[in-house]
Amino acid sequence: MARDADTDPVYQTDALIAEDIEAYLAQHQQKSLLRFITCGSVDDGKSTLIGRLLYDSKKIFEDQLAALEAESNRVGAQGQAIDFALLVDGLAAEREQGITIDVAYRFFTTEKRQFIVADTPGHEQYTRNMVTGASTADLAVILVDARKGVLTQTRRHSCLVRMIGIRHIVLAVNKMDLVDHDQTVFDGIVASYRDFATGIGITDFVAIPVSGFNGDNITALSPRMPWYRGPSLVGHLETVAIDTDVDQGLPFRMAVQWVNRPNLDFRGFAGQISSGIIRPGDAVRVLPGGKSSVISRIVTMDGDLDEAVAGQSVTLCLADEIDCSRGDVIAAAGDPPQVADQFEASIVWMADEALIPGRAYWLKLGARTVSATVRAPKYEINVNTLEHLAARTLELNAIGVAEVTTDKPIVFEPYAANRTLGGFILIDKLTHATVGAGMLHFALRRAQNVHWQAIDVTREMHARAKNQTPAVLWFTGLSGSGKSTIANLVEKKLFSMDRHSFLLDGDNIRHGLSKDLGFTAADRIENIRRVGEVARLMADAGLIVITAFISPFRAEREMVRAMMPAGEFIEVFIDTPLAEAEARDVKGLYRKARAGELKNFTGIDSPYEPPETPEIRIDTTVMAPEEAADLIVRRLLK
Amino acid sequence: MATRTLTHLERLEAESIHIMREVLAEAERPVMLYSVGKDSAVMLQIARKAFYPSPPPFPLLHVDTTWKFRDMYALRDRMAAESGMDLIVHSNPEAAARGINPFDHGPLHTDLWKTEGLKQALDKYGFDVAFGGARRDEEKSRAKERIFSFRTASHGWDPKNQRPELWNLFNARKARGESIRVFPLSNWTELDIWQYIHLNDIPVVPLYFSAPRPTVERDGLILMVDDDRFRLEPGEEPVLRSIRFRTLGCYPLTGAVESLAGTLPEVIQEMLLTTTSERFGRAIDRDGGDASMEQKKQAGYF
Repeated sequence: MARDADTDPVYQTDALIAEDIEAYLAQHQQKSLLRFITCGSVDDGKSTLIGRLLYDSKKIFEDQLAALEAESNRVGAQGQAIDFALLVDGLAAEREQGITIDVAYRFFTTEKRQFIVADTPGHEQYTRNMVTGASTADLAVILVDARKGVLTQTRRHSCLVRMIGIRHIVLAVNKMDLVDHDQTVFDGIVASYRDFATGIGITDFVAIPVSGFNGDNITALSPRMPWYRGPSLVGHLETVAIDTDVDQGLPFRMAVQWVNRPNLDFRGFAGQISSGIIRPGDAVRVLPGGKSSVISRIVTMDGDLDEAVAGQSVTLCLADEIDCSRGDVIAAAGDPPQVADQFEASIVWMADEALIPGRAYWLKLGARTVSATVRAPKYEINVNTLEHLAARTLELNAIGVAEVTTDKPIVFEPYAANRTLGGFILIDKLTHATVGAGMLHFALRRAQNVHWQAIDVTREMHARAKNQTPAVLWFTGLSGSGKSTIANLVEKKLFSMDRHSFLLDGDNIRHGLSKDLGFTAADRIENIRRVGEVARLMADAGLIVITAFISPFRAEREMVRAMMPAGEFIEVFIDTPLAEAEARDVKGLYRKARAGELKNFTGIDSPYEPPETPEIRIDTTVMAPEEAADLIVRRLLK
Repeated sequence: MATRTLTHLERLEAESIHIMREVLAEAERPVMLYSVGKDSAVMLQIARKAFYPSPPPFPLLHVDTTWKFRDMYALRDRMAAESGMDLIVHSNPEAAARGINPFDHGPLHTDLWKTEGLKQALDKYGFDVAFGGARRDEEKSRAKERIFSFRTASHGWDPKNQRPELWNLFNARKARGESIRVFPLSNWTELDIWQYIHLNDIPVVPLYFSAPRPTVERDGLILMVDDDRFRLEPGEEPVLRSIRFRTLGCYPLTGAVESLAGTLPEVIQEMLLTTTSERFGRAIDRDGGDASMEQKKQAGYF
């Protein structure tokens, strides 16, 4: 396995390093950077291949090699030979199991380029890791075991690579040493892969026969496969086009991350250019506001620039004092991106808890974070075949297509045209976890064509006419906790005080507005959304709205709170312990639920998330309904 | 239109700047951990570029074990002044009171001064995001750590429960009490760091360059006798050797290499032709065997 600097064209730089380090540094400084991922099934030899690339580019040092030899003898899968896979399988748990379970990043350099490799797992349940690794890659190496050919997982990874939009694909047929370096085996695998790839829209890939174990066709062409006339793996990696170069040819866009204002004389907009080229004097438009200006300076600590290109992080100054803040996009004036609030998107689900259609999540795209809801998927995608399947939600590692609605218009581009302005993540509002990743396809309608109808009689005028401050008293609590009883009393008291109010009761709403809905989590959320919208309209009309719904989920109560002006949403927690509510069982529902006759019953087989900081909390074990109603009215009118 | 291919250093720099700006925009109270080493030097330089013409809008935090090399303290004070940033120095008062030192207390020294000291400082000032200069190429468990790495309220790390990081989108949301360690240099290699220092003429501690220094050899490590607190064993006599350091920590725990590389290009040359890895000189990586760093990280070590 010794390297020979004289015959190995890639690593002849050793001599240069030894003889003229300044010359080497001058040359190294000019190298570009390629990011790629490796994917393949378990045992296709991914980690071995990466270990080989590191070893061949001298990223493995003697101490690591000594540790590796010792470990190879202890747990290695390659007998007495050095097991390169042990180098890259990082975490202790994985080393024991002998599998890679997360994304690991590795680094190596050749004479022409620097490389970052994302090592992504081949397990079915780890789609999310592969998508993560693929999202920043210029190229994908798809590994196939020459003895096994194209497998289900090969197809899965190819579908994901295609969906993430990686521009370059290499089919590396590995373990050629185990099939006697036979050309017919290689040709057969390439032909069968081409059939499949064409079907999913991959029009171009480069196939290379390799042996990661022996190093054949990795850095140099192997004499053992004289029939192969293409490039070596490294040779190919050194010459393919890099994404940021391609992005330079697109119209200019930069999301503003931060407004730099050290003093009154300087206002700069800091961001990383996602596409195009920009020069002082270029006309730009700031979106979604739509105001135009001209670039006056491109500021860096190393001096002002005459030009900046896709991939660079810069600070831009504009000639005019126009509104521009974090999340806005500065774009070429003549070719601006779209602004919209409803989209079709592909979504990869990454959390154990399934997607809940209708629930509000944070959506982050570029430097903008907005509240967004996802409708029930149009379909799920079978990642082995790209076939469409019917689906009501998306489970962990599922991929589907759905409509997404944001609460504010956002600047975007289709993902296929611009990864930065088309890729987004979804964040759970309570756990703060990243639960999904998405790729925007197109806008369902353009927000600029939908305007809020300006109304001459304002909500303030409605409220003044009624001589009151509108509010929503949002009762929440278990079934049988006393919500409706207390809410009724509150309304009677308000009525006797000449206040204008209206009570929205759970059971009544379900007979009309929500009669199409059941009691699954998704339907409960949609029910609360509808009630929230109705309550808001009534509050706009100046009313004091009282609602009495179990509303078991914190996220939906927070969603309604967010719809209302600050201070107008008053959460009233009717706190009755489950045992107490069940003992009362006014409607006999708990008995039915316990008998299994009622499904998804809150407190029994569906969770109730109590408010953490309600405006009013009523403990019904110590307070009678009359007393509670008095307290609520006092707090409301204070 | 002719394209201009960005070099690897330009792309790495742009990515690091992007990360720092995201943190500033989304964090409540960020801080930059400054350990005075070469990675800290690069991180500080990039922070200055990211927010120019403003000075970096967060303080520097040095968790001081009181056992660093004298040259490090000198450079620390100079760089803080030059960057216009506030410098916060924290030393664990409990470790001071108990007289914890690298000679008598072994791993406890690192644990109390460094790990506990860091937690104390973050809690004391209420920092919710801390920048660190760690790189993925340093060590196997680092290779799998995210750029935004979450810590529980008790500063623990759960490698099985990391948030996916897609494209250049970072989710900086967290519950009260939780904090984030952010590693803007995650994708840099040791060579990138040196080359960037070379190109940008960034001041670094002179100990990285070879000079005759008083040393003793113990357990296969060459240690420098940096001040008179160094306890010599009976019969041990400091020997003048031409040495330099590849990493810098507490001087009684940091192994030197014998070298004649007195300039930065020579250091890079030696590094490229050398055959041992960077962390080999660090005694702390070796206690506890192979998974040592991973265990330290789970306990709250940076």
